[in-house]
Amino acid sequence: MNPFSKVAIVGIGETKVGKIPGTSVTQLQAEATRLALEDCGIAKDEVDGVFSFAGYSRPATLYSAQVSEYLGVKPVINAQIEAGGVVTALMALFNAASAVASGLCHVALCTFAENPTSRQKSGGRHEVPMAYQRGAEEFEEPFGAVSMPICYALIAQRHMHEYGTTSQQLGAVAVSTRKHACLNPTAVMRTTITLEDHQSSRMIASPLRLLDCCLTTDGGTALIITSADRAKDLRRIPISILGFGMQTTHRIVMQAPDIRDLGIKEAGQRAFAMAGLTLADVDVAEIYDAFTICTIIGLESLGFCGEGEGGAYAAEGRLELGNKTPVNTHGGLLSHAHCGGSFHITEAIKQLRGECGPRQVKDAKVALVAGHGGVFSTCGAMFLGRGLP
Amino acid sequence: MTEHPTGKPLPQPFNDSKTYWQGCQRHELLIPRCLNCGKYFFYPRQFCPTCMSPSLEWVKSGGLGRVYSFSVVYTPFGDAYGPEDVPYIVAIIELKEGVRLMSNIVDCRPEEVRVDMPVEVVFDDVTSEVTLPKFRPATPGRPGR
Repeated sequence: MNPFSKVAIVGIGETKVGKIPGTSVTQLQAEATRLALEDCGIAKDEVDGVFSFAGYSRPATLYSAQVSEYLGVKPVINAQIEAGGVVTALMALFNAASAVASGLCHVALCTFAENPTSRQKSGGRHEVPMAYQRGAEEFEEPFGAVSMPICYALIAQRHMHEYGTTSQQLGAVAVSTRKHACLNPTAVMRTTITLEDHQSSRMIASPLRLLDCCLTTDGGTALIITSADRAKDLRRIPISILGFGMQTTHRIVMQAPDIRDLGIKEAGQRAFAMAGLTLADVDVAEIYDAFTICTIIGLESLGFCGEGEGGAYAAEGRLELGNKTPVNTHGGLLSHAHCGGSFHITEAIKQLRGECGPRQVKDAKVALVAGHGGVFSTCGAMFLGRGLP
Repeated sequence: MTEHPTGKPLPQPFNDSKTYWQGCQRHELLIPRCLNCGKYFFYPRQFCPTCMSPSLEWVKSGGLGRVYSFSVVYTPFGDAYGPEDVPYIVAIIELKEGVRLMSNIVDCRPEEVRVDMPVEVVFDDVTSEVTLPKFRPATPGRPGR
């Protein structure tokens, strides 16, 4: 039973990515919105639902009202959505699709942007008073776990212990993902890398090296969602939401369950069930790759390979275009841009529309966007389909 | 919050975690346990995260456990960590009581740390008000505290 059968994604907007100093998150979202509206030909005054996230710059209240105000939009339904990593973008899309499906609005906008280059430096680590209990600050940061690479390194080290995953296999993920970025004119990193480059890149927090880590970039995206009926009159191939699933197990890494119990497996299974699909039906997958280990765990959890076999899968080059269900065809977080994984969604849509040029997956009809936020804390998976159901 | 001598983050004990940090100051590793369902849990909460009972007790842990995972940090992050601080070892320790907590491995060369390595707690009096529990390789034959 698919609750989104009468909904379609009809427009996308992508700003350029990289270093865009002197821009605000609001400006980036507004620009992405302008592009998305141009893409579908819907007038701005028709937008009546807004789901956005302010990025990680600083805690922001009423952010969906802020971006609405900047755009001159008065939504009948809106909220700032945050669930971590790519789950933020997936949840914004879920909320937008639900609002349209339930008849609460007609044209919904999802927009996400980040601007770390221009981020104003906060006065201290605890810019807002610690009004709520934050486990990481009390039980992790005093021990030097003060950044995301360290938290993911703990996951990677455990994966290596349990399954014999090697640093070279992590490197294979980096190399394959960079190959895809080299085919994408908008990607930030477009120089080919070799396994030797990966192995000689400096160690950040063992076992993760520099080339195991995602980029930090400015940029943003926007999606326009409306009814399937309306979609028939518009210029682009409409994109359907075929299935969705989410699962959260923890927030901070010391509270994470064992690797085999991470939520991405459940989220994927629920999305597959809603869509009535198996992996054999999926033409392309965009898996949130904050670090190379994330792609490997994603592959295992989503059924590309068995438990613990993700490293070997990557080492065989099976992530790459030309293989069944290639992964991160735009270059991912590792080589294209960060932007909260929102470009994983726009890339999936472009693949389904046939707009990817040299990195196009032939005749792509079904795309998977999956991944997580935090340290595999929140997890989500969504299937998108070409055309209306 | 008390100031760390080099500005590093320190825990700010707050209602349900005060007892834990006070225990550390006395060089005791106290782990909360539910009197209703009997499960240990960590980090401290107002009630049991398994059964929601507010009937809790604090149990003095033997301080023994194993390394569940670790990472040797080579690149300093943030304002408080500089080149003089690295490498340091962050680890998730699984205590014999079955709970996991984050800490540092000390008295051990980075290349000697292994997942599953037995460890024992030691206490680092970082300031006059804050003591952090850390872990060193367990000495076979040394009785737990």
